[in-house]
Amino acid sequence: MQIKVEQVGFSYDGLNEIFSNINLSIDSGEIISILGPNGIGKTTLLSCLAKIRIPTSGKILINGQDIMTMGHRDIARIIGYVPQTIFPSFDYDVLDYVVTGLAPWLGIFEKPKEEHYRLAEDSLQKMGIEYLKRKPYSKISSGELQQVSIARVITQKVQIVLMDEPTAHLDYGNQLKVLGIIKEMSEQGYGIVLTTHNPDQVLLLKSKVAVFDREGQFHFGNWDEVLTDDLLKAIYGVNIQICDVEKVQRRVCIAPKIPKTITRM
Amino acid sequence: MNNSRYRQQLMLLSILLFISFFVSLSLGRYSNNPIDVLNVFLSKVGFSRTGDSVMESIIFYVRMPRIVVSILVGAMLSLSGAVYQGVFKNPLISPDLLGVSSGASVGAALAIMLGASLAQRQLMAFIGGLFAVYLSTSIPKLFKNRNNMMLVLSGIIVSGFLCSILAIMKFIAEEQTELASIVFWQMGSMAKVLGREIIAISPVFVVCTIILLLLSWRINILSFGDLEAKSLGININQIRGIVIICASLLTASAVSVSGTIGWVGLVIPHLGRILVGTDHTKLIPTTVVMGALFMLVIDTLARTISNVEIPLSILTGFVGAPLFAYLLYRQRTLAE
Repeated sequence: MQIKVEQVGFSYDGLNEIFSNINLSIDSGEIISILGPNGIGKTTLLSCLAKIRIPTSGKILINGQDIMTMGHRDIARIIGYVPQTIFPSFDYDVLDYVVTGLAPWLGIFEKPKEEHYRLAEDSLQKMGIEYLKRKPYSKISSGELQQVSIARVITQKVQIVLMDEPTAHLDYGNQLKVLGIIKEMSEQGYGIVLTTHNPDQVLLLKSKVAVFDREGQFHFGNWDEVLTDDLLKAIYGVNIQICDVEKVQRRVCIAPKIPKTITRM
Repeated sequence: MNNSRYRQQLMLLSILLFISFFVSLSLGRYSNNPIDVLNVFLSKVGFSRTGDSVMESIIFYVRMPRIVVSILVGAMLSLSGAVYQGVFKNPLISPDLLGVSSGASVGAALAIMLGASLAQRQLMAFIGGLFAVYLSTSIPKLFKNRNNMMLVLSGIIVSGFLCSILAIMKFIAEEQTELASIVFWQMGSMAKVLGREIIAISPVFVVCTIILLLLSWRINILSFGDLEAKSLGININQIRGIVIICASLLTASAVSVSGTIGWVGLVIPHLGRILVGTDHTKLIPTTVVMGALFMLVIDTLARTISNVEIPLSILTGFVGAPLFAYLLYRQRTLAE
């Protein structure tokens, strides 16, 4: 399974492209983290990959087939999307929510049956949260909410999973837990594309990285080749350094100090 | 909500509806005796000869059509409210708020002024209703603001505007005949119902309810929002379009026979959610039965509690508004 992004650009108003000439590829078992400042188009790129938005230029190919020639249903059988933690207007039970992952596999007038609910329960079990199945969506924590969303995408039987800021709104413990789940999923063969605001997560995941810097330049490659002090500065506009920390035996990404601001408080 | 409890509750509601049907059939000015009703039925099937022929015609030509129409209207309004709330992912939406009722009213009032037939009135009410939904849902798009509140506000704008049009129509209507029938019809009444209304609206009810039942699980997915629905491979425009057309047909048909009856479409779906949860595969059947039951009780009250016929909107307002206030209060305490 491979998704190839060729020369893709996107514009909301048809005049100014928020990004252009993006090239990258996603294979099974790979993790790609998208980094970039606020509002640069990370989520937009992610939604282009699932054909939720249509790129204004370039091509996206799934196993060589142009995404524009494929229906939403066919795409939803291959690519799953985990949105940022959402709070729906209505309060569904967790199981009722998770079972909707089967939508691309059921006929338009079909409703999930016993066997389908069992598949949904299996996914909850894989996440270790089967006990939540009868709980209303609004009564569980954000960490659990994220796991429920992931359980749904597992129910969807897709091969590529797109995650929009999977660790936003989570406490540090839950952030690491979700990263663990992501790592495990990639080991099981899922291709994963995620967006994040924390560059250290890239070093933890040892993933590929796709970077938008503030000038709109795009960089793509392995974490150890692409992420440099200079690039981090170009992304976030502040001094951030990558260094090896002996105590934890890994490379980390940290800010040496709080930058001087220009406010006159 | 597990399946067996849901089936029990739906069964219980259906039994309640059935009982209310017979109670309502035996209430009225001519006779209040359920035994008379029973006798009529027995004589109909040939078991008894004590049947009273006046009572028989009252039951079959006066009370029965009216009861059936109120059951249908209640079910239609509540069902359309429930699915509107689902596809617009907004629990505050109702056929009245989206302007459907006022749009349908304008259409129907125009039909009355033109002296059109019942079928034409129904058609014009439908066109008016659909036009109003179209306006209400386009305004947020125009402002590039898809916020839930924006839809409610644009519904208010559209309703307000259509109400003015309705007022102009009343102003120029013939005072003795047209105005009276527009006003009376608009307040909501089943008093003038004859058998033919049943023939006019029941096909709409049956077809739309079946379609909505078939799509009920997809409505769940639409209620998550466009982004999620699309990512699950749903053709959102197609499904939402079908649902909106069905719901508008239901509302407009109800409005065309009974005038605007407020609150039912807003309150009953909320009550349904308390009973069986949000899952539309369960909510839709529950709402249909609850709405039918509610309207039957209201209409029975309307024709029995005083010597004059009370307009339905007055009663639904008296019951619905405090009930909605209570539901909001309950939600607030749940949220805490």
